[in-house]
Amino acid sequence: MDIKTWTFIIVGITFVLYIAIAIWSRATSTKEYYVAGGGVSPLANGLATAADWMSAASFLGMSGIIAFSGYDGSVYLMGWTGGYVLLALLLAPYLRKFGKYTVPDFIGDRYYSNTARTVAVIAALFVSFTYVAGQMRGVGVVFSRFLDVGINTGVFIGMAIVLLYAFLGGMKGITYTQVAQYCVLIFAFMVPAIFISILSTGNPIPQLGFGDTETSGAYLMDKLDGMMTELGFSAYTDGTKSKIDVFFITAALMLGTAGLPHVIIRFFTVPKVKDARKSAGYALLFIAILYTTAPAVAVFARTNLMETVVEKPYKEMPAWFYNWEKTDLIAWTDKNGDGKIQYLPGNAVQEKPIFSGKRGAFGERLVTNPSDGNNELYVDNDIIVLANPEIANLPNWVVALVAAGGLAAALSTAAGLLLVISTSISHDLIKKQIAPHLSDKKELLIARLSSVAAILVAGYFGINPPGFVASVVALAFGLAASSFFPALVMGIFSRRMNKEGAIAGMVAGLGLTIFYIAKFKLGWIGTPETATPSFWWFGISPEGFGTVGMLLNFLVAITVSAITKAPPAHVQEIVEEIRIPSGTKGATANH
Amino acid sequence: MQKPSHQTDLKKAYWRENLRYLFILLCIWFLVSFGFGILLVEELNQIRFAGFKLGFWFAQQGSIYVFVILIFIYVWLMNKLDKKYNHDK
Repeated sequence: MDIKTWTFIIVGITFVLYIAIAIWSRATSTKEYYVAGGGVSPLANGLATAADWMSAASFLGMSGIIAFSGYDGSVYLMGWTGGYVLLALLLAPYLRKFGKYTVPDFIGDRYYSNTARTVAVIAALFVSFTYVAGQMRGVGVVFSRFLDVGINTGVFIGMAIVLLYAFLGGMKGITYTQVAQYCVLIFAFMVPAIFISILSTGNPIPQLGFGDTETSGAYLMDKLDGMMTELGFSAYTDGTKSKIDVFFITAALMLGTAGLPHVIIRFFTVPKVKDARKSAGYALLFIAILYTTAPAVAVFARTNLMETVVEKPYKEMPAWFYNWEKTDLIAWTDKNGDGKIQYLPGNAVQEKPIFSGKRGAFGERLVTNPSDGNNELYVDNDIIVLANPEIANLPNWVVALVAAGGLAAALSTAAGLLLVISTSISHDLIKKQIAPHLSDKKELLIARLSSVAAILVAGYFGINPPGFVASVVALAFGLAASSFFPALVMGIFSRRMNKEGAIAGMVAGLGLTIFYIAKFKLGWIGTPETATPSFWWFGISPEGFGTVGMLLNFLVAITVSAITKAPPAHVQEIVEEIRIPSGTKGATANH
Repeated sequence: MQKPSHQTDLKKAYWRENLRYLFILLCIWFLVSFGFGILLVEELNQIRFAGFKLGFWFAQQGSIYVFVILIFIYVWLMNKLDKKYNHDK
């Protein structure tokens, strides 16, 4: 059977599975809708958190980013796993004990202020929307690549599926579909990885394989370092980012992970405090399976790619090279006219290749925007995971499996984010601020309707992505780090922290980070000449600046709270109460 | 009055022990990632570990394994602590 038939079959089966789970796990109360009734086992919650966390970008893009950035890619590996240690140790157990539905719930109650609650709602909505637009786009891209439908049609299909289970089941439906989606995505990621590892080094465990020797007896990593330095790249194991920047980006990603609302609310779904701790452990374990495999895949793929293309004639490339050239993911410009591929440091084209529609002397697709450098080859990050099965000559069903895995990753993250958005609207805004006497039934209806509205908005952004979204997604972490993380941690660990301190801290941290991003990433402030890396403060990139915002947040919050009056007694009691795990109540909206 | 203040003392003692665990575990968390994986990476790269340079290995593999182990150690320590202070009900 061909790839397309296999893809229809496998993707079709997984979709039927998700829908069946959605119908089986319908929500009948707001408690089920917001926190799955609070009865999810730690293991199931761990699986669901892992699927929620790993997006289309993790599944499709991360191995590629690491493959092309080597050591620099470590910021994502450490940053997106290390945050779970902070989450498990500093936040999850206490927020579970607090026993409400949302992050703004905690901020609003702990800082006895609707202003604080509103700041938290706005931050939660902003972070979730930037994120979800990318996911809907991801669904569209996977569909268009594997099933030959337009990207927009793909977005519509994705919207319909997510709508069905988010509308019916809320958190309950999402949790159990995410469990299924984790199984699909990890299987789809590991099968090609194991095959590639065996092909490269004979070792079936990718994590060990990339430290192993090749048939020639040389260590694979030494060979890769050697090939790269010979062509003028910096060694794979060295990277190019400055140490301070690597430090700050890693910190921003870790602290941001711990402050992301769609991750935190997952820990409200388990019965007890001890289950919250345990499920954070499970979540990281399941995430680590993919995150420790990705750098191995990156090394295999980079080595394979360089051995295949460097100084080889375009005419003699394997079939996958032309297949991915057809889909715009590979582009070659014969700058020196020798018919061979020169793969060198620097960009081959300006940003993304723009194809002219004409063919060159060797049959290659011509681009209209080659760069001035000598590098002739453009390779998209996503290709590493997408092309792996073909490079390793794996059967067609494995290629189809990768498509199903990419869809599972995108859908599970989109659903988790949409729930945060609909909860923010129905619970934090309407129930808590506008109509406090709303009955449970009406609130549930409003939650469902706001999930529909959220999906429509997300779909709109998926079809018409605003230009800045792509660059802002990575920055969402910096924003979460500079706003939520300090407010949450101090809310638990400092009895003295008051609303004046927390609000001033959030506004200062978020404000500084947004200013820095607007200046150095988006170019909205000042002239373009002063937005270059040489003008970065302390040599820190916009991606890493959230860490500075976080430090400022702590500093301002502590100073302001020291000169204003202590929080009222009942708030100090809340703090005492959440530190003790016994007496956990089910998550509840009305105290 | 004896009982409430005793209760408060117990709560304080529980929290102090909890903070001590957090401090130790977070020091290890910092050491393996920011320490071994970033600040000391060149020095550790001089040491070989199978086909890996040790600093690079910590940045892309070792730190993640340690993170997972740290959370499960924390779960185990806290379950013990909860039992000791009767918070496991």
